[in-house]
Amino acid sequence: MTNPNQHFFDLLAAQPGESLPWLQALRIRGNTSFAETGLPTIKREEWKFTRMEPLENTAYVLATDEHTTQNVDLIPSAFDTNRLAARLVFVNGGYRDDLSHNSNLPNGVFCGSLRSAVAAGAAWVQDALEQSDNGLENPMISLNTAALRDGFAIFVPRGVVVDGVVEVVSLNGGTNASLAVFPRNVIVLEQNAQAFVTVHENGLGDTQCFADSVSNIQLTQNASLSLAVLGEQGSHATSFYANLVQQSRDSRFNSFNLSLGGGISRTEQHISLEGEGAECRLDGIYLMRGEQHCDHTTRVDHRVPHTTSNEMFKGVLDDRARAVFQGKIVVHPDAQQTDGQMLNKTILLGDGAEIDSKPELEIYADDVKCAHGATSGQLDETALFYLRTRGIPEHLARGLLVQSFVGEVVDRIADTELRDYVLSRIMDWLSGNASNAGEQA
Amino acid sequence: MAMLEIENLHVTVDGAEILKGINLSLSGGEVHAIMGPNGSGKSTLSYAIAGRDGYDITEGKILFRGQDIVDLSPEERAAEGVFLAFQYPVEIPGVANTTFLKEALNAIRRHRGEDELDAMQFVRLLREKVKELGISDEMLKRAVNAGFSGGEKKRNEILQMSVLEPALAVLDETDSGLDIDALKIVADGVNRLRGPDRAMLVITHYQRLLDYIVPDHVHVLADGRIQQSGGKELALELEKNGYAAFTGNTEAA
Amino acid sequence: MSATAETVDQVNTLKDEKYKYGFVTDIESDIAPPGLSEETIRFISAKKNEPEWLLAWRLKAFAYWQTIEDPDWQKPKFPKIDYQEASYYSAPKDMKDGPKSLDEVDPELLATYEKLGIPLREQEMLAGVAVDAVFDSVSVATTFKAKLEEAGVIFCPISEAVQRCPELVQKYMGSVVPFNDNSFATLNSAVFTDGSFVYIPKGVRCPMELSTYFRINEKNTGQFERTLIIADEGSYVSYLEGCTAPMRDENQLHAAVVELIAHDDAEIKYSTVQNWYPGDENGVGGIYNFVTKRAACRGRNSKVSWTQVETGSAITWKYPSCVLLGDNSVGEFYSIAITNNCQMADTGTKMIHIGRNTSSRIISKGISAGRSDQTYRGLVRMANKADSARNYTQCDSLLIGDRCGAHTVPYIESKNASAMVEHEATTSTISEDQLFYLRQRGIDEETAVALVVNGFCREVLQQLPMEFAVEAQKLVGISLEGSVG
Repeated sequence: MTNPNQHFFDLLAAQPGESLPWLQALRIRGNTSFAETGLPTIKREEWKFTRMEPLENTAYVLATDEHTTQNVDLIPSAFDTNRLAARLVFVNGGYRDDLSHNSNLPNGVFCGSLRSAVAAGAAWVQDALEQSDNGLENPMISLNTAALRDGFAIFVPRGVVVDGVVEVVSLNGGTNASLAVFPRNVIVLEQNAQAFVTVHENGLGDTQCFADSVSNIQLTQNASLSLAVLGEQGSHATSFYANLVQQSRDSRFNSFNLSLGGGISRTEQHISLEGEGAECRLDGIYLMRGEQHCDHTTRVDHRVPHTTSNEMFKGVLDDRARAVFQGKIVVHPDAQQTDGQMLNKTILLGDGAEIDSKPELEIYADDVKCAHGATSGQLDETALFYLRTRGIPEHLARGLLVQSFVGEVVDRIADTELRDYVLSRIMDWLSGNASNAGEQA
Repeated sequence: MAMLEIENLHVTVDGAEILKGINLSLSGGEVHAIMGPNGSGKSTLSYAIAGRDGYDITEGKILFRGQDIVDLSPEERAAEGVFLAFQYPVEIPGVANTTFLKEALNAIRRHRGEDELDAMQFVRLLREKVKELGISDEMLKRAVNAGFSGGEKKRNEILQMSVLEPALAVLDETDSGLDIDALKIVADGVNRLRGPDRAMLVITHYQRLLDYIVPDHVHVLADGRIQQSGGKELALELEKNGYAAFTGNTEAA
Repeated sequence: MSATAETVDQVNTLKDEKYKYGFVTDIESDIAPPGLSEETIRFISAKKNEPEWLLAWRLKAFAYWQTIEDPDWQKPKFPKIDYQEASYYSAPKDMKDGPKSLDEVDPELLATYEKLGIPLREQEMLAGVAVDAVFDSVSVATTFKAKLEEAGVIFCPISEAVQRCPELVQKYMGSVVPFNDNSFATLNSAVFTDGSFVYIPKGVRCPMELSTYFRINEKNTGQFERTLIIADEGSYVSYLEGCTAPMRDENQLHAAVVELIAHDDAEIKYSTVQNWYPGDENGVGGIYNFVTKRAACRGRNSKVSWTQVETGSAITWKYPSCVLLGDNSVGEFYSIAITNNCQMADTGTKMIHIGRNTSSRIISKGISAGRSDQTYRGLVRMANKADSARNYTQCDSLLIGDRCGAHTVPYIESKNASAMVEHEATTSTISEDQLFYLRQRGIDEETAVALVVNGFCREVLQQLPMEFAVEAQKLVGISLEGSVG
């Protein structure tokens, strides 16, 4: 393709108009800033290590309602159905009412599609979307803002605790054309509200597609959100996923991210800690093989005193897989008594595997406790030998060590059912890995 | 003249009154124990005596050898002969124990108008003390308290006390977190330093320590006041009955 | 006032001690007219009586330089430099042919170095350190030449080396830092005037510490020196570098290039105490220290250590690096950087592991005070052939006061499964607990702060040669007294 930027401009132009003036204004804003930046290139410092190459040479087709009606055989789930407060299924960016339910919700909670929330004229949706990408010069977020069609929307009013799990399933692809989808999600938790949301990012068959997803998350005083995103897209998928989180006083945000799928994937977390006592925890596990590439980019802004952030990302890379971790903790002036911790550890199994890690601290207050660490290396040979002397075959021993390596992150998942699910996915990955390792040896 | 005379001491921390009129009198050679439940103001008392910032004395006096030390800085009080063994000794990475101790001793000697010790003299003195207390040389080379176990930290406090030879030693929960063997070593060190020219104020939460460091007087501190004073038998009574009798009117015991 | 706030004041008085080296030497100089053109370069080259190849190299660099921009990815931003304003050559008048011995050196110059604590004459009496003194654009004196020559060591101004051993200079110059590396290195390649040259022959352990002392004196001159050190097989050298400049209201540019080459089993230890004029407390004046320093560990088992104590300059932009090519080669970087007032520093290192079993160690200690801003920027790269390579990085920042900034930007890139990279970083302040503890033991606040700062820097200070450790300690504002333990 000659000019991929032009291609995306054309895609945006094909976007149906919106009757709502504020939404129209938002799109124009996204359009304008994307027109300024164009697609990310490795010349931009924050995109130095990740090149979304398929975007440069694939003629993507904008996903429309027609692609939403696609047949679906299997809907992944991590939970016993009895525990589900709601299930929201999206196919190629559109909401599938027939596959979704939201019958188990407490009063006043909204849990459905962004479209229906917008149609209902919910003020919280507009608020959340409008604050969204302010000040972020981020081509992928601008592109999403310009092209947004639908996504999930969750609102929990003051004092309400959602007991069950909200499980969101996003299935993309499954068509001959290379689809581009732009899901936009909103989660708003009012004071003392609490929710647990799990998002599956999966493919419908392993077809070429591009998903550019953005979630606007607002946590008011003492609200608490646990959000797990499980990425198991097909190997021809290119994906970008960003959480834009604003946290008020005493709010808690616990995020877990599992990256197993995708050809090229990038997950960004932008956390703004704006009230004293706000806490966030960002955890992630990435297991990549073949030619897979995944990127975890986080930025935590400590804007006021007494805020806490804690990040732990661990990954295992086999074959020629490549992973990128870019973490940035920014402590603003006067944000005293900040506690910021960041850890990134990677094991390289394959000879062609590569990790690029950039854990960054930017600090303008003096009474802070910030630390980061990063390591990369291979499995502990002594431990491997030890296990083998006890009769455990090498591939099993390797599996055990990988499991124990990422186990530290798995243990931080509070929900036991989700923890078990994640463990089983890791085991599945390992069994695939064992056969790969066998081929190599 | 008493070594330490505390008169009607009121101390506030962050605007809250923690000590509400303490009276205490220690003479040379005496060991007084202060016992009390958590949050009774024990550590506040030790910090007020040592002069920590943020511990505001709103009323009363602290007379050390007859002189009110309330307006003196922590280092001036130290130079006068006030020593505080910390409940949680502070880690100072990169600064060797020896360097630190020599710096401290010479600062105090300067204050007293004595000659500073040179490196050789100091090392000789230190060796002697270390031997007395059964502390390993290796501990001296390490950075102050950095990576020390709980027991090592407390032993290090006692070593510092024996080198600096204070007239008044305040031991703030020196026994907390020690198993019985470590406790014996620490108590043994303290007992060696007992003498007619030295008064000790031993603050503890557990009666156990007083089996090894036998006090002349025991005071019960609760709700910011000395609730009862007596001989060492008072400690045994407390061990049996707890502090319940004294905490009835405390907000957060 | 809290103890911490008081500490800040204490430290400020401690470090606000006036810049001691801010005087100007009144000496007649031979200065090129301001401006930068091919003419300027031909003028410099002619002054130095350079061979044709060198002039050609300079001109090639200059042509390239005209097509590129100064870098802008670093944290401290600075106004566009007007390169036409500065003069690119300045030499004391009577130095045209270079002094044959110290007796020919202008007494005013000798006095200058004495004031700087580098008594060139006495140095000749005291065994131990050989000094090359670079004043503005030229080397004014090199001591101990005879003794060094006995050992086969070549230690002379680079302009002299171009005449004496052109084949060595031609072979190695630009081989570690190519002329097109970055705009400052390119500019240096075009206009460099002098610097030191060291060659240690096979199997020789250099009998004394070598030292170059850089001094910018003239107004409106930049300093563009170039240092080239070659350690041949199995040799060893320890090299020290110091720098000062007068207090002036204008920013002066120092764009040096240092290239180190270590062959099989050779070791180079390179120490810097950088004390360029930092500007006044309002950020007026001071040196822009934009320096490219790189070492190539070409041989098996070769080793290069960079140790630096950085207290000066208005803006520092430098990343002494090691390219670890030879199997088993070792790179080390030990750094203390202190910024105060309005100083800005963006500094760190690059360790490029290419050979097998290569190892590197990075210990960086940054202290920010006043309104200063400091960034550690470091790269550790494990290339795909770097089997069993190892890196350990420890990067700590200490903030004194709440108006300064400390940033850590490490880049870790590993393409080898058997390579191991470990990186740790912390940012902290001097805690009130620590100060109270020390004061309770009778140590006054100022000494207490000094002790903590000293402890913080200790690991790096230990790496400096004795002669420099003392100077560095003074620079850090701490007395070494009693810390031997």
